[in-house]
Amino acid sequence: MEQRKKVLVIGVIGADVHAVGNKILYHAFTQAGFEVVNLGVMVSQEEYIAAAIESNADAIVISSLYGQGELDCQGMREKCNEAGLKDIPLVVGGNIVIGKHDFAEVEKRFIAMGFDRAFPPGTAPETTIQALRELLHMED
Amino acid sequence: MKPVLLIDFGSTYTKLTAVDVDSEQILGTAAAYTTVQTDINDGLNKGLAILRQKTGDIEFSECYACSSAAGGLRMVTSGLVPELTSEAARLASLGAGAKVVGVYSFQLTEDDIEDIKETKPDIFLLVGGTDGGNTECILHNAKMLAEMKPSFPIVIAGNRSCARQCQRLLEGCEVYVCENVMPKFGVLNITPTQKKIREIFLNRIVLAKGLSKITSLLSDIMMPTPSAVLQAMNLLAQGCDEETGIGDLVAVDVGGATTDIYSIADGMPKAANTVYKGLPEPFSKRTVEGDIGMRYSINGIVEATSIQRVSEISGLSVSRAEELIKYLSENTDKVPENDGDDLRKLDFALASLAVETAVMRHAGTMEETYTMMGLTYVQAGKDLSGVKQVILTGGSIIHSPDAADIARSALYSPMHPMSLRPKEADIWVDRKYILAAMGLLSVHYPGAALRIMKKELEKNGYSKQENL
Repeated sequence: MEQRKKVLVIGVIGADVHAVGNKILYHAFTQAGFEVVNLGVMVSQEEYIAAAIESNADAIVISSLYGQGELDCQGMREKCNEAGLKDIPLVVGGNIVIGKHDFAEVEKRFIAMGFDRAFPPGTAPETTIQALRELLHMED
Repeated sequence: MKPVLLIDFGSTYTKLTAVDVDSEQILGTAAAYTTVQTDINDGLNKGLAILRQKTGDIEFSECYACSSAAGGLRMVTSGLVPELTSEAARLASLGAGAKVVGVYSFQLTEDDIEDIKETKPDIFLLVGGTDGGNTECILHNAKMLAEMKPSFPIVIAGNRSCARQCQRLLEGCEVYVCENVMPKFGVLNITPTQKKIREIFLNRIVLAKGLSKITSLLSDIMMPTPSAVLQAMNLLAQGCDEETGIGDLVAVDVGGATTDIYSIADGMPKAANTVYKGLPEPFSKRTVEGDIGMRYSINGIVEATSIQRVSEISGLSVSRAEELIKYLSENTDKVPENDGDDLRKLDFALASLAVETAVMRHAGTMEETYTMMGLTYVQAGKDLSGVKQVILTGGSIIHSPDAADIARSALYSPMHPMSLRPKEADIWVDRKYILAAMGLLSVHYPGAALRIMKKELEKNGYSKQENL
């Protein structure tokens, strides 16, 4: 029996319609051997969770490009726990806050919100793929 | 001449339609009370006698039937997430012509099992999880169902990774395994399940409901009535090899107890700045509004709208409208007799509101959202605004002289700008009540069925809502 691929649920959160990066990530993750459930743009927290339940996802990858990411992501971990997705890895990346901030600070804030990893703008897909492999204990 | 007899065993009436497929004409129609409690043949023979008075003594070369008698095809479904696999299961059952009497999500509880025992469905549809996705829920539910030792057949159409395991859990029960209704996230695959449901209906339910006594007369087709209507609507919209259809359409069937809506259209977003949300809906979609009907569900219409609107549209005072509604809910067989009487005015208002409410629930919605990139539209459900054909049927309203005006309530209205109903459309009225019969005929004679529909449906001109 062939081994089950790791399943990622991806999408752009909130009232954000930046579709290009989302498509690039979809192709990059698929190429890297993941099974990708792509929810596209303007995704609500509930939609990520519903998709992750049905597809028995291994991780949720949230993108945000329009600066409201912190607001949109608040409560995501709690909702996942409530829905039975306890300890599902949550990864976030993009222009997740407005203005110039030290990213280490930003990352800390997202980790405090229950995210496992946060990535700054301009992160290469390979970096995220590597992080996901580590998070999901995948062997090369 | 090649006469074919088409029978629709309804919950109240057995309706017969005699067709000559050579000349593509309706020879006659007749109706008699359905007699499912005693012998279903009694009602049928009575109907045949009435029919033969009109057509003369003819021998039918073939005979096909559909049925919604004895409660129709009652189904209960269970899925995982309400908006996803549970919704897919519901859509699959409705499209197969079933009456969905229970929808469950997540893991079934002991109380749910008690309810299901009570409900005694004809078929149970068990789904959950995309292929390779969640298995926990459907396995749990299979186990719960197995413990209750169900007397009804179970169709398994969930995550393929554990379909066989579910089947083993349900050993000793009547179980059928189908392809997943939602194999991938957001992808509907309901046709294989619907085919299986129809097979079970034919082989098992028909026998159980005392309809088998008539099989000597029948050639081979037997399907739930809504399924026959859906087939007719598919044919009318899309055509067949020898004849073109009339294009995308919405059909409204207003009954005494429920209102059925059919749409044959893609309905996906047309503009680039529109984002689609939720499960994509089937090209051929059927919904049933159990609380909207002209007599048994008359109060449902008022609850879904308001007595003020009934009064406004009918021109009757609120107290007079209330009085008549109470009367009709107790005297469900009353129909308006004279033009201009209060009952006719009230029925016009009720039918218009029934059509409006049911089509609004069936159609999708469009919301405006301002994003950093400017105005964006979020669409949920089917966009039927470009549909140009509306068909009106239903025993209680097709004889109304106001039928075309009633059908206009299916169209876009500025009162509900978010509802994606047809903007303007040709109105067709099924005066002879032949849609189910034509669905049956279409299985072997699609060309004839389509041409008869085009000929017999009364076209009431181009119509659109005012103030557009």
